[in-house]
Order: sequence, then structure tokens, then C-alpha cells
Amino acid sequence: MSKITLRLKEQPTVPLEAEILSPDTFAELSNDEIRSKIVYHGKRQCRLDDFFDVDGERSDELELHGDLHRVRWIGREMSRGRITVHGSVGMHLGAYMKGGEIEVHGNASDWIGAEMRRGLIRVHGNGGGQIGAGYRGSLKGMRNGTIIVDGSAGLEVGMRMRRGTIVIGGPAKDFTGLQMKGGTIVLLSGAEIRTGAWMMRGTIISMKPIPMLPTFTYACQYTPDFLKVYSRQLKPLGIDLPCDSGDGAYELYSGDASVPGKGEILVRQAG
Amino acid sequence: MLRITGGKIFDPANGIDGEVRELCVSDGKFAASVDGGRTIDAAGMIVFPGGVDVHTHVAGGAINFARAMTPEDHRRTQAFIRSQSRRSGLGGMAPTTFATGYLYAGMGWTTVNEAAVPVLSARHTHEELGDIPIVDKATCVLMANNEIVLDLLENGEYERAKNVVAWYIWAAKSYGVKAVNPGGVAAWKWGKDAKQLTSAIEGYSKLTPGDIVTQLAMICDDLGLPHPMHLHCNNLGAPGNISTTLDTLQHLEGHRAHIAHSQYHAYGGDDWDEMRSETVQLAEYFNTHPNITTDAGAVLFGDTVTITADGPWQHLLYKLTGRKWGNLDIENETGCGIVPYTYRPSNLVNAIQWAVGLELLLLIKNPWQVFLSTDHPNGGCFWRYPEIIQLLMCADFRNECLTKLPDKIKGRITLPELDREYTLYEIATAMSAGPARALGLHQKGNLGVGCDADIVIYEEDDDVARMFSHPRYVIKGGEIVIEDGDIRATPDGQEFIVKPSYDPGTDEFLQPLFEDCYTMAFENYPVEMERMENPDIRDCVPNS
Repeated sequence: MSKITLRLKEQPTVPLEAEILSPDTFAELSNDEIRSKIVYHGKRQCRLDDFFDVDGERSDELELHGDLHRVRWIGREMSRGRITVHGSVGMHLGAYMKGGEIEVHGNASDWIGAEMRRGLIRVHGNGGGQIGAGYRGSLKGMRNGTIIVDGSAGLEVGMRMRRGTIVIGGPAKDFTGLQMKGGTIVLLSGAEIRTGAWMMRGTIISMKPIPMLPTFTYACQYTPDFLKVYSRQLKPLGIDLPCDSGDGAYELYSGDASVPGKGEILVRQAG
Repeated sequence: MLRITGGKIFDPANGIDGEVRELCVSDGKFAASVDGGRTIDAAGMIVFPGGVDVHTHVAGGAINFARAMTPEDHRRTQAFIRSQSRRSGLGGMAPTTFATGYLYAGMGWTTVNEAAVPVLSARHTHEELGDIPIVDKATCVLMANNEIVLDLLENGEYERAKNVVAWYIWAAKSYGVKAVNPGGVAAWKWGKDAKQLTSAIEGYSKLTPGDIVTQLAMICDDLGLPHPMHLHCNNLGAPGNISTTLDTLQHLEGHRAHIAHSQYHAYGGDDWDEMRSETVQLAEYFNTHPNITTDAGAVLFGDTVTITADGPWQHLLYKLTGRKWGNLDIENETGCGIVPYTYRPSNLVNAIQWAVGLELLLLIKNPWQVFLSTDHPNGGCFWRYPEIIQLLMCADFRNECLTKLPDKIKGRITLPELDREYTLYEIATAMSAGPARALGLHQKGNLGVGCDADIVIYEEDDDVARMFSHPRYVIKGGEIVIEDGDIRATPDGQEFIVKPSYDPGTDEFLQPLFEDCYTMAFENYPVEMERMENPDIRDCVPNS
């Protein structure tokens, strides 16, 4: 099966709501049908080919080119296939995703993989805030799946996430793991303040020292065995998670006692 | 002008049980005969008076706060897209104003009673009610924790209290009086609740919840309000509260009353683990006391949002669930709490609640005394009423649902022993004629000549839930509003209000008290008549 290539030809002046940019939508459609799909330019309904050149048809592999920082909802609720983006993307990338893969060679905005259930999202540039988070009012964020952002991340990474893994390569901003209910967040370059606030369960692993909230209690220094499993899982994705006991121990903090929660934060010790 | 021919008529108000008759409508009312106009051939169809909801929460500060608190529901729920005949809106747990009208009418309900309005937010409530199309509306104003009223009752000034209540009803442009957890919400301002009918309320030296119940019921009767006191008993939702409920009913001392959502007041046991249904006792009381009516406040499994003036209960519910909690300050009048909630069949307490609502509907023998309600949105959303009708009409379906409940429920509920099935005539009574009579709206729920031509016509269907959720026609005030699943017209409904007489000196009495403790000006407090859209002032018949 060949792939479908879309090139942005006209920069939207306001956000373009394009949840149809998904393998589930395009897999059975001819080129003409794909071109005629509806996108919302602000409140106006437009055809997809008002903004994109479209090559190819009937494929669950999509390749997007151009500066898509105003294009929202790419891969929303997708359950299969693959989207590759050469350029930056707008908010809600892979929100509610149920399967398949998204790879972005560029930056992504807020709400990457919000409330996703399965699948893999990989952003090589920087990410925005609320990665894998639950939308406002929801009880749960991402239920499962993996999100990897090579660069930095914004506020509230993994807010109310229930399961799954988030890896942030660069520094993350405040409130990482806010109200987290499960799952794992790996911070390769640490985070700013209030990490793990209102955390109920789940694990935050930081490779760099981070400021701890006073409602987290220091427990011990050790290298958990489960890190070996995580390390093995992340290795094929190019993530190096040190797990040998000789490779330096982790400090374990538990909290957040203000909820009260049973979460854990592991901070790798230098040396 | 309109003629409906060939339909099987179910009109409990006139004792008509499934006879094929002709209905004539002229000028929005039923007429003996009619010349010209459209004829609807209803052969093979079932004709009911339009539904009447005696207890619901569809407008005002609390439901609006619930809307604001549940954006997660707005994302997943039914959206009403704007069209020629329809405004945009959202359905779901707390539907928006216009959608509320479309959903009620779409299901064949044409009159609703907003059961809890503080005077302070009455203006807001009427603004929202004005935006609920098609259905007619009435409201009940909250009185049982109003500190000015309570002070008067404490001091034994019954006559003045009666005048003040009448003044409040007119100030709120309301139709009746609501009592919520009498004294309990006032006590909560001291960090307490009021669970014993005969103990003095916190902050008062001798006034008890029982005194409030007795005297407010008497005030409603003395003022001659068309609808008796609408009472939410103390100790809602707590295991073992049956004793409180029965005690409350005895405190009515023979006065009329409507007991709201009895399901929440019919539990035995000492704690959550021991909780059981006590509907047999409660139903027996109703079966022997025709002066009181009730609505079920039935629970349906699924997501909803609970809203009530019972602030202390909502705080407890928030502590139990750990979910979102909203609390509104309503100054000296009442409280208000909002907590989203999910009723699960696997949860023993929820399963018992589900059974208790149905048991009350089945055990209270007279359908003129017990009405269909979910205490929307507390026990479930009003647009799920057809599911309850199905549970009432089909014992087999009920038994099938029972198999999904936890084993531990055995011996705690009576439902498995009940094989009663509602007839269509009884459903018409419990969803329309009965609540209309309890509300004192004799022109509603009645297909007799001279009454309001609110009609719902169903196509007979073995699937009861489907039949009742998709009427073929709904006619409001003689106008066809729903036809073949489409909204054809969205006329404005009326608002029923009453103007009980009170001593003209009541203003001078209230003003200094008011200016002493309220945050708004006295002049801005009462709702002006000009604010009301389509008001209809109903008569009060005071005891002489």
C-alpha cells in the first residue's frame, strides 16, 4: 500500500480544525474523496484541498509536510496506521488515540495524546503543555500508550494520567504529573517546580535533581528492579534509562501527602 | 383547530382507560366538537395527556453551576445544532435551557416543576425558565432554612411567619413552597446537621425540624396554595433514615404534603455495609394516608450530577467519592451543593437505591399518590424516564436487570418478590394526571373539555422504552410541536405563579431585617412582574 502525502499550500490564518487527518478516515477513500473532506477554518467549513495538496489514496500511512502549527487534532481518535509529519504541528496531536503511530519531525503544541488509550506518539522537537493529560473536567488522562518528546515540555505533563508512559527529553515546566493516577513519567532533564502535586499513584522518574514539594517524604535510596523492565521497553525507542545498581542509585520520595496519595518520585543521584 | 381520531385514549382524570374516542381541540383547549382544521388519524396509536414532572431541577443557580462544573459531559453528549426552528444546545447530565425544552417535549412531557428556588436566585431562575421552550413551568421557593422565617417560628409568631412566607412566594414569583432538610441547612452554617425531628436546631434554643415541618405545612394549607408543601425530608441518603422519614410524616399532623424523591428516604440499617430497603414500611404509610403524595426519585445506573439545596449532604457525598464538589453560598436562605456522581450496579449501595425507587413505585398502590421522577438530575437524567416506564411495565425485564446486581443484595431488597406490572392507564396516572393533580394544575394531565390541549401520541410498540422515548406526535396547547421525531414548533410555555394574600405591613417588617444582613438592596430583591415571560397567576383558596 502506498502512502498519502499532504503538503500545506496555504497557511491558515486562524486554527484549522482537521480531525479528519487520520488513517481511519483516509484508508478507504479515493484521492478525490480525500480532497473533498471537510476541515474547519475557524467557524468556516472548507475543503481539505483548500489548504493541502494531496497525493495518493487508500492508505493508512499519511505523510504531512509544511508548517502545521495552526493545524489541530491531527490523528484524533486514530486506531491504526501511521502519520509522519515533517514540520511542526498544532494542538491536540493524537488526542483520544486508540492505536497506530505518530512521528513528528518538528515541534508539537499542547495536549499531545490527551486522553489517549493506546499507540505511540513521538515528537522530535519540543512539546507543549498537558501532554497525555485529561481534558478539563475529565477524571482521567491517558489510559495507556506511549508518548516520547525529545525536547522540552510545558505545564501539567501527564495531568490525571491513569496508565501508560511519557518520556520527556528536555526540561519540563511546572506541575508535571499533576493529580496523576497511575502510569510513568520519565524526565531525562528534570522539571521545574511542583512536580507530582496531588499525585495519587504512579511513578515519576527524573534523571536530574528536581525541587520537591514539602508534602513528599523521603523514603530511601535504591535502584528498583522494575526499572530493568522499563529500560528494556524503552531501549528500542532510543531511550537510555540507567537501571544497573552500579550505575548509581535513585532517591525515592512518596506522596503527595496532601491528597493523600501513594505516588512515587525517583530522582537519580549524580555520580 | 385539530381533531384526533381513532386513538386509544388513556385519560385517568376522567376514568377513560383505553377507549377509542375522538379528541377535538380549539383555541389550545379541548372542545366538545370542532369544525375544520387538521385531522390526525391516530388509529392504532395510544393517546396520553402530556407528561407532568412534579419534581425536577432545570433552571437557576444550582443547575447552572452543575453545567459549568461538568465540561467533560459536554464533550461527549448529544449536541443540538442550530436550525430554522431550533436553537443550539447540549443534552447530557445537565442540559442547557433550550435543549431542556426540546428534550422534555421530545419525550412527551409538557409541564415541569422546578422544585428548588431560593428567593435570591429567583430572578436568574425565571430568566432561564423563559428560555426553556414548549413546556409550561412552575417553581417552588425554598423556605425551611430561611433564617427570617425560622426566627419567627422560634418566637412563636405563626401569623407573621405566614405573612412573610406569602410575601416571599410573591417576591420569588413562585408557585409553591419547598422545604429542604428543614433546619439542617441552617445548622450546617454552624458545622452541624439536623437529623432528629425533635431536637433543637443548632443556633436556635427551641425550634426543631419537626416544628418547621408542621408549621410550614400548615402555612401552605392556610394560604390555600394549589400545591401543598413540597418536602425534602431530613437525613437524606443515610442508612437507617426510614425512622426520620416516618417521624417527619407524623409531624404533618394531617396536613397535605408532597414528599419529594422518597427513594432517598427509605433506607434501613445502621451503616453503609448494613444498608437495606425499608420501602414496605414507607409504602404502607402512603397507602394509609391519602393526604400525602410523593415522587419516586428513582435511580438509574450511569453518570449524573447531583445538585441539591442540602449542603451538608453534598459535603458528605464529596467526602465519600472524592470527586468534584461545588458549594454555593445563598446567604440567609438555604445552601447548595453540587457533586458529579456515577451510580454503578456493582456498588451495593447504588444497587439498593435502584431497587428502592422501583419498589416505592410498585408498593404504593394508588398511582395518584406516587409519581415518576428521578429527581433530575440527582437519580438520573429526566430524558431517561422511558427506561423507568419499561422497568415498571415489564416484570421480566426487571428480573433480568436484577441478575446483574451483586449477590450481597439478597435479603436487603423487596423488588424480587414484586410481580406487579403497571398498565398504560397507571403509567398515564403516574406521569401526568397524578402529578398534575398534586400540583393543583387541574387544567393539566386531563383530556376533558376545557382543559389545556397537551397531548402525546405514541405508536404502539412492544419495546416500551422505545415507544415512550419516541412519541409520534406531541401537541402543546393545541399546537403540534413534535411530529415523526422532528421538532415542528417551539412555542413559549407559560409560568404558573400564585399571589397569596399577606398583610401589607410585611414590607416594613422585612426591610430592616433584610438590610441588616443581606448583600443586596431590598428594592432589588423581589422579581418584578415585568421580568416574567407569559405568567399565569393561579388562584389560592385560603382556609377561612
